[in-house]
Amino acid sequence: MHKVIVTPEEVKKIAKLAYLKLADSEVELFAGQFTETVDVINQLNEIDTSEVAATYQVTGLSNITREDIVDTTRILPQETALREAIQTHEGFFVVPRII
Amino acid sequence: MKQLHELTIAEVHEGYRKGDFTCVDLVRHFLNRIEKYNPKLNIFLALNDQALIQAVAVDREIAEKGITRDLLGIPMAIKDNFLTIGISTTASSNILKGFMPQYESSVTGKLLAAGAIFLGKTNMDSFAHGSSTETSDFGPTLNPWNTKRLPGGSSGGSAAAISAQLATAALGSETAGSIRQPAAWCGVTGFKPSYGRASRYGVIAMASSTDSPGPLARTITDTALITKVVSGRDPLDATTSPKEVENYPQLLGKKDLSGVKIGLVKEYLLPTMREDVKQLILDAADKLRSLGATVEEVSLMDPKYAIGTYAVISRSEISSNLARFDGIRYGNKRDTFCPETKRRILLGTYTLSAGYYDAYYKKAEAIRTKMIDQFAEIFKTYDAVIGAVSPGPALLVGATKNQPMFGEMEDVLLEQSSIAGLTSASVPCGFVDSLPIGLQITCNQFQEKKALMIADCYQQNTNFNLFPDLNITL
Repeated sequence: MHKVIVTPEEVKKIAKLAYLKLADSEVELFAGQFTETVDVINQLNEIDTSEVAATYQVTGLSNITREDIVDTTRILPQETALREAIQTHEGFFVVPRII
Repeated sequence: MKQLHELTIAEVHEGYRKGDFTCVDLVRHFLNRIEKYNPKLNIFLALNDQALIQAVAVDREIAEKGITRDLLGIPMAIKDNFLTIGISTTASSNILKGFMPQYESSVTGKLLAAGAIFLGKTNMDSFAHGSSTETSDFGPTLNPWNTKRLPGGSSGGSAAAISAQLATAALGSETAGSIRQPAAWCGVTGFKPSYGRASRYGVIAMASSTDSPGPLARTITDTALITKVVSGRDPLDATTSPKEVENYPQLLGKKDLSGVKIGLVKEYLLPTMREDVKQLILDAADKLRSLGATVEEVSLMDPKYAIGTYAVISRSEISSNLARFDGIRYGNKRDTFCPETKRRILLGTYTLSAGYYDAYYKKAEAIRTKMIDQFAEIFKTYDAVIGAVSPGPALLVGATKNQPMFGEMEDVLLEQSSIAGLTSASVPCGFVDSLPIGLQITCNQFQEKKALMIADCYQQNTNFNLFPDLNITL
């Protein structure tokens, strides 16, 4: 298995996908550490999984549903819902302009 | 005569019944200890300013009705990733600094309904990303046995709270090892219920496919009672199991382990492990034999593969779960995440991104299947498997520096059981260099009663359940 080198450019691209702003020093640091981590992860290729299905959850449960009824006891009053927001305006959350 | 901070849950209740002390006495005693020791140990991040008022109400209830609730008047320390109304909840992160939850987590709600009193919220690795509490944005917790050392993590504050005797019991959570490993490093008892046994609703998410709330306490008996209280199906968490919750405390107290078959995992005696740590595990196996159990070597996949598997699964889920922190509805901006959190989000984004999803994420989830199958095969013959909790005792403060996979490496012996959703106890099994070592007793999914029963019998017949003298260690 060839060694995968994660470049600073790749780290920048991933950071953009993850909506994280990184300092230049962090980009360099993470690129080096990523290479190290991917090395460990690539050891998994030593295990043959060609005939094994993936397991995404271990509960053995499926299609757990509930009645489509609003539980009024769980509705937050507007004041409470907005309480932790950095910026609000007349009962709304203020979000950054995106277009 | 025992002091108030040295009592188990049953002993506290006995004291209340006899009128030896009141709940106000007990809560005040712990608050005084916290005031005295917390500045040095950094265990509690926030205190419940209503604790004494709640204690007054408990005393009134006891006078009127007696003790009719499981945890009535039991002072508890709660890990800071459980949402608690009225007590700031930050998951030890700057992004949630000062956050006051709008609703209560299901598990803490059940503890409150059972009568528990929360003393405060405990330090942890930021967003539970680590096994040291060193990634906390509010500084590491120090190990009460030796303040040059770490308590482990991520539930390090909760483990240290029990070890330093600043609460009767504590609540923690595991994604892979975060209850058991700090319990081992601090020399206390921790219990990880199966995935889906206790609700994740209102627990700040790390990896949703393995996150499991559970207790840390002075004894297995106490963890059994708390597990009973917090377990059960929750309509607010669709992954909770509808299986009936057994009355775990009543199933304890077995005098011997005759008929019990235990597997000693060969691969968990790592080649790199200190000989004296290995010896303690072999001694524990002998102890279990002397109690009547059959203990034989069993084999699992090399745990080195668990590191990569867990890293991919957990970091992928982290990248998805932590996308919600947008700094709009609550919390600060994303640039306030600590480096460890950023590192995990980034790697998870990478392993889930186009072109890498199959190679990493799907591959890891296929290996998870193999791990589950291996355990299933072993549990056809054996009731439990045992091994060390951690490769060694508590490491020095600063150990995580330049270790981008510290958490995954330290939990190498715990990841397989977490990935498979199993239940497992961590009990003290001896000391090396005056630092505690923990034994894991791991059973099949929803076999809580077996894990608790074996761990209880072991604990009742050993003398490793010790607490440091803070006048000496601090």
